Amino acid sequence: MANLNVNGKVREFQAEPDTPLLWVLREQLGLTGTKYGCGVAQCGACTVHIDGKAMRSCVRPVSTVGPTAKIVTIEGLSPNGSHPLQKAWVALDVPQCGYCQSGMIMAAAVLLKATPNPSDEQINESIANICRCGTYNRVRAAIKVAAQGGDAKRAGLAIQHVGESAS
Amino acid sequence: MTTNLARRHFLSTSAAAAGSLVVGFHIPFARDATAQGAPAQGAQGALAPEINAWVVVRPDDTVVIRIARSEMGQGSLTGLAQLVAEELECDWAKVTTEYPTPGENLARNRVWGNFSTGGSRGIRESHEYVRKGGAIARTMLVQAAADGWKVPVGECVAANSVITHTPSGRTTTFGKVSAVAAKLTPPADAPLKDPKDWKVAGKRIARLDTSNKVTGAQIYGSDLKLPGMLNAAIKDCPVFGGKIKSVDTTAVLKRSGVEKVVRVGDSAVAVVADTWWHAKTALDALPIEWDHGPHAGASTASFAAVMKAGLDAKDAAVGNTVGDARAAIATAARTIEAVYSYPHQNHATMETMNATARYTPERCEVWTPTQNGEAALAAAAEASGLPLAKCEVYKQLLGGGFGRRGAVHDWVRQVVAIAKEMPGTPVKLIWSREEDMLHGCYHPVTQCKLTAGVDGQGNVTGLHMRISGQSILAALFPQNVKEGKDPVVFQGLNPPGPEASIGYTFPALLIDHAMRNPHVPPGFWRGVNLNQNTIYLECFIDEIAHATGQDPLALRRKLMANHPKHLAVLNAAADRAGWGKPAPAGVHRGLAQTMGFGSYVAACAEVSVSDQGVLKIHRIVAATDPGHAVNPQQIEAQVEGSFVYGLSAALYGECTVKDGRIEQQNFDTYRVLRMDEMPAVETIIVASGGFWGGVGEPTIAVAAPAVLNAIFAATGKRIRDLPLKNHDLRKA
Repeated sequence: MANLNVNGKVREFQAEPDTPLLWVLREQLGLTGTKYGCGVAQCGACTVHIDGKAMRSCVRPVSTVGPTAKIVTIEGLSPNGSHPLQKAWVALDVPQCGYCQSGMIMAAAVLLKATPNPSDEQINESIANICRCGTYNRVRAAIKVAAQGGDAKRAGLAIQHVGESAS
Repeated sequence: MTTNLARRHFLSTSAAAAGSLVVGFHIPFARDATAQGAPAQGAQGALAPEINAWVVVRPDDTVVIRIARSEMGQGSLTGLAQLVAEELECDWAKVTTEYPTPGENLARNRVWGNFSTGGSRGIRESHEYVRKGGAIARTMLVQAAADGWKVPVGECVAANSVITHTPSGRTTTFGKVSAVAAKLTPPADAPLKDPKDWKVAGKRIARLDTSNKVTGAQIYGSDLKLPGMLNAAIKDCPVFGGKIKSVDTTAVLKRSGVEKVVRVGDSAVAVVADTWWHAKTALDALPIEWDHGPHAGASTASFAAVMKAGLDAKDAAVGNTVGDARAAIATAARTIEAVYSYPHQNHATMETMNATARYTPERCEVWTPTQNGEAALAAAAEASGLPLAKCEVYKQLLGGGFGRRGAVHDWVRQVVAIAKEMPGTPVKLIWSREEDMLHGCYHPVTQCKLTAGVDGQGNVTGLHMRISGQSILAALFPQNVKEGKDPVVFQGLNPPGPEASIGYTFPALLIDHAMRNPHVPPGFWRGVNLNQNTIYLECFIDEIAHATGQDPLALRRKLMANHPKHLAVLNAAADRAGWGKPAPAGVHRGLAQTMGFGSYVAACAEVSVSDQGVLKIHRIVAATDPGHAVNPQQIEAQVEGSFVYGLSAALYGECTVKDGRIEQQNFDTYRVLRMDEMPAVETIIVASGGFWGGVGEPTIAVAAPAVLNAIFAATGKRIRDLPLKNHDLRKA
């Protein structure tokens, strides 16, 4: 048995040292919000935070993550989906199939911490995740909405939510 | 079809069946299943009444709308619910949705119709019967209220889930009368609203399925976990048509967590273990000797030579003909000729193929992301050897579909074959990305020779398009190939009509196809044959314009006079983009238009190419006429997504064959468009009404030709084979 600090809790797990963190999260700890897309750190669907940095968990051997390193997965980004990015994502209906979106949001969250009001170029540099449905422009718009205080109307998509006027 | 519905508490029985699994994951009807499979109960303790196959109204006024088509990101789940809700006159805030299962559809004489979700047909081929379902359910609810009040039904109206007796002002709610309404005989028909009166449909309403996708709570097929479940990884012979020569199935049995090594058919082997990671790593360590079979010498180049010969072959199936094009070309003042080609591509869904199966000699159940639950059910029955009635499929949310998860359910057959070796134990099979890349159903390859006859004034007197290459139907639905003709090959090139018709009138025209099929299996790849056909025709029109000194828009307008819907979207895109007006310095424009999947689309791309040959796509203005626009903000999302799919193909998409196998095994060698390459997209929705077109696919086809034509404007280089990564774009 070994320990990981995930989403603020110490979690026990049993896996060979070279097992990628992704598969420990998914298969040992039941945190399936982090996705397998490529296994070679190309697509970003497996992005989690380790000590505040965005990491591709599919190529990170679990033995190289210490028991005190603070891992945050999409499930731990906020209680009840209240992170400004999650709210912006909902307001702008960003996801299509949604499979890559955990990784997108986790990458964006690290970007916003270091760069609270990122330019297009900074977004381009930081968000190299693959989305096959093609949500890139709404991802960009939602990052800007979150960065600029959460007013979804600024994105101009005029999406009507239940119980709200158009955003 | 809504007139002969079985009258029973479908929800509760289904919930009991599903609930008997006693598992904590999303299954159809899970929301209605109480913990141990007890019948579903509404807030007031009554069974949730099914008004008809499409609508359940619970006593607490919750409306459950049944959705037969699969949701894979395209938004049909929300759009179909909007259409039902519109006619039902229910409160949109109280709407939830659920999937009926393929087995239930079979048991109820296919009351939900077709489950197939491809060809952009989710809405366009079911809008009428789902709206009727909503309208009939509303009629029954209003009747039940009128009966209770003992007033004429004509004095009662429904709005927002409230029924009002207009003369007296009395009101009740759907939930209060639903149990009575469910027992009424449904009317034979109910009139549908005029779309101009829509209040829910046609609006920019938020999707119903977003919230769980931003918290990690959404369960996809590959996330499924059943009690006692084992995990499997699989390797099929990397050369199509090859087999296993030998495999030592005992070699990895001592590895951690490994339970079993299973041969699947004569070409694949799977390892079953406690975790997928254990299964995958054991499989990687398993010594397998392959018999590469008859195609081990095949390559992209060898098949290109076969297709090239087809460009001049005598025999070809005719898809569209007007007058005598060969004679018109032979006698023309001038001829223009060009040869184009289009490569194999993988769908590359973000979530790889996967399914979970549990087999016993009495029953076979499969949980899988599928675009066609009924086809998945048929695959499960065939692989298990059990009759359809003893099989069931529980559709899971798809992490991308794009056509890969519709017609062919190879992964379902595999998982059932594996589960059959371990009766009673659920087994989840997940393909590695490498397996997914090597065993796709690839975008078909074709070449096309275009020859135009032109008179002294630059008028086209005749056009011959000879397509040579792969047929999807010949591989997947050969019964639909008649006398060597695959009609799907001619998408976008058909004679005038409601489906994929050509937008030009030529005095003489011949479009024909010499079928040449390689050993690489083809499939329906989002946009299908419209993709390359639109490149061929739209780039060649651009070639004719430049060769005859005409403006590409002016030439198109001349040829499109008889095709007002095609022309309207082209004009909309060109006008918004500012065609004919100066572009920003260094920026050049290109146009394309087409019709497919029932809709008319056009695009104007703005690009620049640096002195070093670096392409930048700045902006694309796109126009779409889908007839009726059910949810404009989701149409915009589909149009934007279509450019990502189409530009990924244009810039990078290529699966090459060497030694009979696909060379690209992951996203490092199979590049796709990313954020930094994504242009701004402006979408114009020209909903002209009167017809129902799809929106998930047609725009893909105009992405590449609009950009290629803009590249020509920028560089003078005419690119006739994709992807662009293989070309030097420095100015000629």
